[in-house]
Amino acid sequence: MAATADQIRDKLVAEIGAVHVEVEDTSSNRCAASFKVLVVSPQFEGKPLLQRHRMVNNCLAAELKDIHAFEQKTLTPEQWEKHKAQ
Amino acid sequence: MNTLFRSTLQCLQAGAVVCRPKVIGGYVPFAASARVRQLCAVSGEKNLAEIVKKNKVVVFMKGTPAQPMCGFSNAVVQILRMHGVDNYASYNVLEDQELRQGVKAFSNWPTIPQVFFNGEFVGGCDILLQMHQNGDLVEELQKLGIRSALLDAEMDEKSK
Repeated sequence: MAATADQIRDKLVAEIGAVHVEVEDTSSNRCAASFKVLVVSPQFEGKPLLQRHRMVNNCLAAELKDIHAFEQKTLTPEQWEKHKAQ
Repeated sequence: MNTLFRSTLQCLQAGAVVCRPKVIGGYVPFAASARVRQLCAVSGEKNLAEIVKKNKVVVFMKGTPAQPMCGFSNAVVQILRMHGVDNYASYNVLEDQELRQGVKAFSNWPTIPQVFFNGEFVGGCDILLQMHQNGDLVEELQKLGIRSALLDAEMDEKSK
């Protein structure tokens, strides 16, 4: 079964303590084939980009099997505040 | 350099959303980036550890640098081109299903494209793009002994 944006959001909140998640279905006909996510979690603190992305990939491993393309942005709460201020 | 980053970023993002999953025929024009080494039909996961070390920069992508078949692969090609990195090894995973799955297992990374520096997994399109934006890519290339063309572009700006 294809993953839904809600499923993805719930998992990220539950498993990597995301405090803010934006999920966008970027497939042309909204068929859940590709997603773009923004994840804000304090657990990213002090971790390099690759490690953060791996955390997200691992969290969504089951869903990613059915997803064709997946874009992600991983921010700490502090980075998120700066990002919003821009 | 910031303005350069921003403007190049915009054109990248514009092209980054399209993803064409299928190969259209088998035709690849022999042009454009002749300096990029085309290495195809490599199979077997056991070879991957050697393959990623064969060149300072190794890219697994959909299509070829001259004709990328996916927006994300295209973005990686464009970023490397901006930095003047044109002597890298690229592997077209669409021509080799075994390689396509093998490289995902090898790097424990679910998507293509994948970029390796000195045999080490760097990331996919998102990571390379963010490294490009925050300046890390220039530094990482320096560690490989590659001088980013963006540094020269910046010096030209200043001397004007």
